[in-house]
Amino acid sequence: MSGKEKLAIFPSRGAQMLMKARLAGAQKGHGLLKKKADALQVRFRMILSKIIETKTLMGEVMKEAAFSLAEAKFTTGDFNQVVLQNVTKAQIKIRSKKDNVAGVTLPIFESYQDGSDTYELAGLARGGQQLSKLKKNFQSAVKLLVELASLQTSFVTLDEVIKITNRRVNAIEHVIIPRLERTLAYIISELDELEREEFYRLKKIQDKKKIIKDKAEAKKAALAAAGVLASADVRDIANLLDEGDEDLLF
Amino acid sequence: MALQSAVKGKLISVIGDEDTCVGFLLGGIGEINKNRHPNFMVVDKNTPVSEIEDCFKRFLKRDDIDIVLINQNVAELIRHVIDGHTAPVPSVLEIPSKDHPYDASKDSILRRAKGMFNPDDLVR
Repeated sequence: MSGKEKLAIFPSRGAQMLMKARLAGAQKGHGLLKKKADALQVRFRMILSKIIETKTLMGEVMKEAAFSLAEAKFTTGDFNQVVLQNVTKAQIKIRSKKDNVAGVTLPIFESYQDGSDTYELAGLARGGQQLSKLKKNFQSAVKLLVELASLQTSFVTLDEVIKITNRRVNAIEHVIIPRLERTLAYIISELDELEREEFYRLKKIQDKKKIIKDKAEAKKAALAAAGVLASADVRDIANLLDEGDEDLLF
Repeated sequence: MALQSAVKGKLISVIGDEDTCVGFLLGGIGEINKNRHPNFMVVDKNTPVSEIEDCFKRFLKRDDIDIVLINQNVAELIRHVIDGHTAPVPSVLEIPSKDHPYDASKDSILRRAKGMFNPDDLVR
């Protein structure tokens, strides 16, 4: 019986009540955590299937975007360096909101337009139509990617939280509850033993009393028989005392 | 924090080949901050891996970047760094490049997912 198997606690009625309350608490907590883990798992699977869906969609969108880039290059000529050198401020920015699933905050990204288009005049000479199509394609790609990023972030966060929750559920189920149960069993067995001891002690006292009484009685009988002390009132007093004694004890 | 991020929009950064970068810049995500640090990096076949790695790490450290887009072929080069990044924000997203089609089996996130579910579920 080491400290690992049960809690170090003095076996008493009070401790038993305490342990019972703690066991009930642990069981309740286990149930609640299990429910939380299930809720997270449901969400997790939903997000996972969405991620896979979006990833395949992303492939399509990116292909289209790359194709329109090639188209624009064909009509406008090479504009890579112009674009790379003329970067100033971002037009698309990300806002993040928080979503709450069973007490877990998941960040949700949201893209929004901010400021004007830096490349408004790009493709003014020729290929403007292709360029605007290209911009539109890449903007929709960005939107999709932002969505995917928030899904992915949720995925990572949920993954972590699910692991923690499962660990807690298992710890309660396999460590804390058994330990409390063992402690309770120990307390009950100790209490039973104490009770048996007490009972045995009382029996023993009773026996002793009986022996003493028998001896006194025998002595008195012997004396009476001898006729040395044959007075009735003395005997009565002794009897009264004996009876009173017994009543007091049992 | 939620209030602050609502006020100040975060950026998307790109690491990838020239065409991918140009495309996304035209989409309007490019920004050069006060210290003249761009939020994109053009990788060509002469770029050393260490430089990509440094740039990726720099992007992760910047607190105005929420999403890092990276071409999958580039991601392959610095796979160990990407696998080492486990924090939810900024989130790292692997995107297909023009001449490398998307391969789901290489994605860090999907590989993590595969440990939990059977692969048939994922492919579908």
